[in-house]
Amino acid sequence: MSARSDVVAPPIAVKIVISGGFGVGKTTFVGAISEIEPLVTEAELTEASIGVDDTSAVSGKTTTTVALDFGRITLDDALLLYLFGTPGQDRFSFLWDDLVDGALGAIVLIDTRRVEDSFPSIDYFEENRIPFIVGVNRFDGGMRFDLREIRDALGVSDAVPIVECDARDRVSVKDVLVALTEEVLTRRLG
Amino acid sequence: MTDEPRAGHRPPPSTYDEDPVVRPFMLTGGRTQTVHDGLRIETQLRAAPAALSAPLRFEARRIVELCQQPRSLADLSAALRAPLGVVRVIAGDLITEGYLRIEQQPAELSISLIERIRDRVRAL
Ligand SMILES: Nc1nc2c(ncn2[C@@H]2O[C@H](COP(=O)(O)OP(=O)(O)O)[C@@H](O)[C@H]2O)c(=O)[nH]1
Ligand SMILES: [Mg+2]
Repeated sequence: MSARSDVVAPPIAVKIVISGGFGVGKTTFVGAISEIEPLVTEAELTEASIGVDDTSAVSGKTTTTVALDFGRITLDDALLLYLFGTPGQDRFSFLWDDLVDGALGAIVLIDTRRVEDSFPSIDYFEENRIPFIVGVNRFDGGMRFDLREIRDALGVSDAVPIVECDARDRVSVKDVLVALTEEVLTRRLG
Repeated sequence: MTDEPRAGHRPPPSTYDEDPVVRPFMLTGGRTQTVHDGLRIETQLRAAPAALSAPLRFEARRIVELCQQPRSLADLSAALRAPLGVVRVIAGDLITEGYLRIEQQPAELSISLIERIRDRVRAL
């Protein structure tokens, strides 16, 4: 397929966004599958970042940073998959436009003990018509809900896939990524 | 997408040597945005080998070195341990100056490409 001259064609770069509340397993998820250590890059908030309390101030002024998880998977020699984990709080939503632009789709991770933490992410992806699925992380000590209850609690349509996942387990993370690609295909073909 | 500068576009060369030493210290000069159409966090950037002999310093030089192989802003940010916003501005300048170029990416992912992604992920 590749007509190689001395300059090799660049890989096609595709990205998937992982969102959800704090402590929901985003960093773990990215780290479980990334071929590089899940790197945390910093996005700068230079605009008024009122109410940002879980970020570290750098220059004392209005500049604060937000940690983004960044993972990379080489799918083949011409295809790169990037994963970006981003905090799901409303106040970070200005970051999302940038992250989500051109994304294949998104995965919203939820902890059944705090489903409401995922609302801003879900609202955002719905409003912007980004294909997304919900990954339910089973935390020890978390109550078991059935998927119907979770769907009702989230208020997402029946069309949005909700899958169980263990962000610590590579195979499980892989399954979630595959489920997202299936959802993207379904939307495209439907 | 649009007819904005992309791969292949050759902006005017920066032949004027205005403060080549001071400039790197300014880094981003307080700017937070350099707009290049199609420059996303994952967009592959590549520098021409000739850019290695350009009078660039610090981050700009490192970016040109790293981008002898295609790399994204995210890769560069991680490699340089610099915030994305900073890398975006420096890379944006390098693009404007013609040292770095944005590699073309498909405007829309085809069905067959999405299927390929799915199959490759499944096979990981
Ligand atoms: N039981 C369980 N624990 C998890 C899972 N994912 C993450 N954790 C743990 O939850 C904590 C927070 O995870 P982290 O990835 O840092 O969350 P983040 O804030 O969304 O990045 C860590 O101690 C993880 O080990 C999961 O799927 N199941
Ligand atoms: Mg985290």
